[in-house]
Amino acid sequence: MAKRIGIEVSLAVSEAVKLADVDVIAAYPITPQTHIVEHLSELVADGELDAEFIPVESEHSAMSTCCGSAAAGARTFTATSSQGLALMLEICYIAPALRLPIVMAVANRSLSAPISIWNDHSDLMASRDTGWIQTVAENGQEAFDLILHAFRVAEDHRVLLPVIVNMDGFTLTHVIEPIEILSQEEVARYLPPYSARMRLDTAKPVTMGPVGVPEVYTEAKKAQDEALKAARPVILEAWEEFGKHFGRYYKPVETYCTEGAETLLITMGSIGETAMSAVDAMRSQGKKVGLVRLRLWRPFPFTEFLEAVKGVKYLAVVDRALGLNGAGGPLATEIKAALYDEEERPYIWNYVAGLAGRDVTVENFVEMADGVEAAAADNLKSDYTIINVRE
Amino acid sequence: MVSWKELELGCTIVEPGSSSKLKTGDWRSQRPVTDYEKCVKCGMCYIFCPDMVYKPNKMGFFQADYYYCKGCGICARECPAEAITMVEEKV
Ligand code: SF4
Ligand code: SF4
Repeated sequence: MAKRIGIEVSLAVSEAVKLADVDVIAAYPITPQTHIVEHLSELVADGELDAEFIPVESEHSAMSTCCGSAAAGARTFTATSSQGLALMLEICYIAPALRLPIVMAVANRSLSAPISIWNDHSDLMASRDTGWIQTVAENGQEAFDLILHAFRVAEDHRVLLPVIVNMDGFTLTHVIEPIEILSQEEVARYLPPYSARMRLDTAKPVTMGPVGVPEVYTEAKKAQDEALKAARPVILEAWEEFGKHFGRYYKPVETYCTEGAETLLITMGSIGETAMSAVDAMRSQGKKVGLVRLRLWRPFPFTEFLEAVKGVKYLAVVDRALGLNGAGGPLATEIKAALYDEEERPYIWNYVAGLAGRDVTVENFVEMADGVEAAAADNLKSDYTIINVRE
Repeated sequence: MVSWKELELGCTIVEPGSSSKLKTGDWRSQRPVTDYEKCVKCGMCYIFCPDMVYKPNKMGFFQADYYYCKGCGICARECPAEAITMVEEKV
């Protein structure tokens, strides 16, 4: 039986990568992701993990190396954050297009300027349409579990796409939590060895990443789009299997106190835990408030989301990034699009909160739940507000 | 042409050396025409053509393979005998 120990979440993530028995890690240190790859380099140096650790000169090179490694058929991991992810982005588009099942941990952090090392989701949003499958952890145990889930999904021959596991920088990565670290045998039962469906092999030469002339580019992108959509059932199946093996069941969309709720808060990431406390407090005062937390971000879980918000009157959508599009945060625009075809749509107010590590408190969530109802009562046109901004 | 369902995983090319099948000739708006009365068989067109379009025939004259000629005009520009003229491509 697995042991529950007090461990820094970054180190637990490294342990998950070790238990997945990766072949290649190529990474560059960047706050707040550094501890993950630092610990992995120690594990490799100490002989505890039989893998190639390739210290590269930038994140652009890290992802390029990962593409080469995955193309050669090796189980491959990297991790990054913020500006590092931004530098990687050119190659991030290539990995899913070439169907390379790389797993990457992203310690979510705001993007410059001003320079900030603190947590929000601006990097997560910058990478949202690169074609990677993306999950979002809410606590340390989830970060650990989602890494193992990511390898299983990515390498499944029905998927063969890279996966990002998002985890809030500092708020998750740098805290010590009681985490159940699975044993090698347990992980081996859940995660089969990786066998590449197609790889670089001198005995059978292939060209990966050739020019796509106008006659073929559209078809190539259509095939990629269909592959991402086809990954959905496998993502769910891998969570179901995870539950059967280890007793922790995960869903793409989690609901909390949604029964009879008129107002729902929508969150993604670690603030969901604070939001639960806020919901408890509001419920104890008789307010009909519930919570929906998104764990799967790409492909977006439309069916489960629509099911979760069915029949409610008000949604307070909490974004951890500013959309800079004049229309609010990216999560809210996504959710509004998801609801467009519904006959009965809830009234939506978007709150941008917790930019660059600013606390989002229980009081803030109460303010948001009350705010959406008040805005609806005032017949305000659906809009967004930045919580806590000094006027 | 192939449908998206028939593409190899990740649009990978699984047949080595298949780039020679790529018809670069259909980009052409002008084609080089050689006047063999003027040609001195120096092979400059053969050397300069970026697509390896010219091949010498039995008589030593260099002939263009229009499957690959993209009509860039380099050969006409470099020919020391001014034997090559670029003429408009007719569809
Ligand atoms: S026009 Fe350009 S491509 Fe065509 S034969 Fe001359 S040099 Fe080669
Ligand atoms: S460059 Fe001109 S002269 Fe020389 S071989 Fe070609 S066509 Fe003939």
